[in-house]
Amino acid sequence: MGVDNKKRYLSQLEAEGLNEVVPDDFPGKIIPGGNGGNIVVTTLDSVINWGRSNSLWSLYFGTSCCAIEMMQTGAARNDYSRFGFEVARASARQADLIIIAGTIVNKMGPVLRRLYDQMAEPKYVIAMGACAISGGPFYYNSYSVIKGADHVIPVDVYVPGCPPRPEALLEGMIMLQKKIKTENMSKKVNPIDGYDEGDIV
Amino acid sequence: MTDQEVNTKMKTEEYFVNMGPQHPAAHGVLRLLLTIDGEIIKNVEPDLGYIHRSIEKMCERDSYQQIVHLTDRMDYLSSHINNEAVCLTVEKGLEIEVSDRVKVIRTIVGELTRLASHQLWWGVMGMDLGALTTYFYAFRDRELINDIFEETCGARLTMNYFVPGGLMYDIHPNFVKRTKEFIAHFRTKLPEYDRLLTGNVIFEKRMKGIGLLTKEDAIAFGATGPVARGSGFASDIRKKDPYSAYNKVDFKEALFTEGDSYARYKVRIMEMWESMSIIEQLIDNIPEGNIKEPTKAVIKLPKGEFYQRVETARGELGVYINSTGTKNPYRVKFRSPGFSNLSVLNHISKGVKIADLVATMASFDFVIPDIDR
Amino acid sequence: MINQENKMKNEDLQNIINGLAENLEFSEEGSEFLNVIVPKESLYNLCSQLKSKSDLDFDYAYCITGMDWGKELGVIYHLESTTLKHKIVVKVMTDDRENPTLDSVWDIWRTAEFHELEVYDFFGVKFNNHPGLRRLFLTPDWDGWPLRKDYVDEANMIVK
Repeated sequence: MGVDNKKRYLSQLEAEGLNEVVPDDFPGKIIPGGNGGNIVVTTLDSVINWGRSNSLWSLYFGTSCCAIEMMQTGAARNDYSRFGFEVARASARQADLIIIAGTIVNKMGPVLRRLYDQMAEPKYVIAMGACAISGGPFYYNSYSVIKGADHVIPVDVYVPGCPPRPEALLEGMIMLQKKIKTENMSKKVNPIDGYDEGDIV
Repeated sequence: MTDQEVNTKMKTEEYFVNMGPQHPAAHGVLRLLLTIDGEIIKNVEPDLGYIHRSIEKMCERDSYQQIVHLTDRMDYLSSHINNEAVCLTVEKGLEIEVSDRVKVIRTIVGELTRLASHQLWWGVMGMDLGALTTYFYAFRDRELINDIFEETCGARLTMNYFVPGGLMYDIHPNFVKRTKEFIAHFRTKLPEYDRLLTGNVIFEKRMKGIGLLTKEDAIAFGATGPVARGSGFASDIRKKDPYSAYNKVDFKEALFTEGDSYARYKVRIMEMWESMSIIEQLIDNIPEGNIKEPTKAVIKLPKGEFYQRVETARGELGVYINSTGTKNPYRVKFRSPGFSNLSVLNHISKGVKIADLVATMASFDFVIPDIDR
Repeated sequence: MINQENKMKNEDLQNIINGLAENLEFSEEGSEFLNVIVPKESLYNLCSQLKSKSDLDFDYAYCITGMDWGKELGVIYHLESTTLKHKIVVKVMTDDRENPTLDSVWDIWRTAEFHELEVYDFFGVKFNNHPGLRRLFLTPDWDGWPLRKDYVDEANMIVK
């Protein structure tokens, strides 16, 4: 898509004089990374961010094949609890991260939105696998697949692959931790408010 | 107050409980509407479609080589065997005979896939009944099979190694050595699994006598796979209509007659032993031959209907292709094992408790994208 | 490829079934099994005799498929006998595309209960005497019958 695959952060591209590579038909609003603060983070903020990023507990939400790779990431060889994601919670009210692993279908869309609304602030979302990013292998000729989970809830990190390896999912989770560490409480935008004013297809 | 006095003096009512799509014991996104009276279940109504991706409609616009890639995602735990079903149907239509080398390699890879699927079933079943240790043991051994596949096929879960006409590449030089090492290692581990669960008093009390299915009901409801073999119905396609190299190997069909969840558990454990014995009979003498028979780049099947059945880890998968002679099929239908097994659930769950329903579903081994297609 | 032993059995089957109902058509071209095309009025009668007669004994319906042949809609049944080991294919069709109705065979083979729900969901074929006809895979307010050949959905489908 015109992006050198070794540079991943928008700040690295701007240093080269390139513009943002967001496509024109991207649904919804784009909230800049760091959610409010970018550079100057106070001491209180850094303590709170350290606490939040190192103990994110995820929700059991696996619909199809990517769920098996998520289970392998939690099993003995690649273990995500070394990074703080200790247990996976079954109830949405006790979780603060939802990893969308699998295809989202027309019938499942309202269920996903209701689960996201039930989670308490602050909450984060990782879209895992090609199906959750953009519909994946089911993009053409299918009447019942929602072409991307970001038509339903706002997403923080996208992890590509079909299915992504456990190491790729771990990299996505660590990238989310880095993103949380640059947040600033006073300028934080509540994602749902900004999201709902955009276009939801 | 005795039970009878309670029921006559206090009026009880039935109410609905929703075992919703997002549930740790649902094995995917299955929604069950339970009508219960106290803790006893009166009716179970499944509500499907939460992962219905319209694969059959998509196949009508794809070429025959592209259909193989979609079948991987249906029952993702026995992905190689699903690919084999479509490849055999297309080869039956084109009347191609693949070489012996391809048949033997397809059989070995299919049995390794069956082992991996049963390992995951064992781990998740222990987890459903409350024993979390089995999850870690099963995944530790499953990673070894994933390593073997990654070296040969390139991927860990959705591998498209079989193509109509043969295989995509030849096997890696290390394949034979690593498979033999894995079998030797797993033969010492499977008795360990037996000691953990099979003789366990709590496990036996939760599984014996639960979810009884008689042989006549299994045939009438169309049950297949270990669910049917646990009730005495000999439904193994590898013995009835052998395909690939299954008529050259010698193995026993796992058949028990009690019909409860414990019998279905024993069927799968015995299938794991038999899979290892099939692989050992074939791994040392893989014959030489062509990897792929030549086919045209655009495959067109002649006008007609073709049906092929294979035995996946869950039962009989049937592929029905109706072709009118063009480069896309006219109608493709996948007869999935989980769909017929699900229709049994209402019949055998009347009068049991909710925890018993969870144990029964664990012994059925559903994979919901296989039911919803 | 039909070998000699199979061909003899197909001829025997054809002789036995020919006497059970009227207006049956038999064919074997383009398929490896014996195909029986039955008019929709005699479907239930033929199927119950296929199961109950002891020299036929078709007790296992292993694949029930809905089909749109362009003008007609219908159902294809693949049947097998677990004791005598022979197989057969029964086809039934109807011309009516506005309100297609066929007889349900769920009390002959219990597995047909779920498979007929699937045929109703995707093709719109209604079945008489079915215990509870409802949408199984799609939402209850979905408009249209997706697997028919003339289904067009501009909003959801991106056609390639």
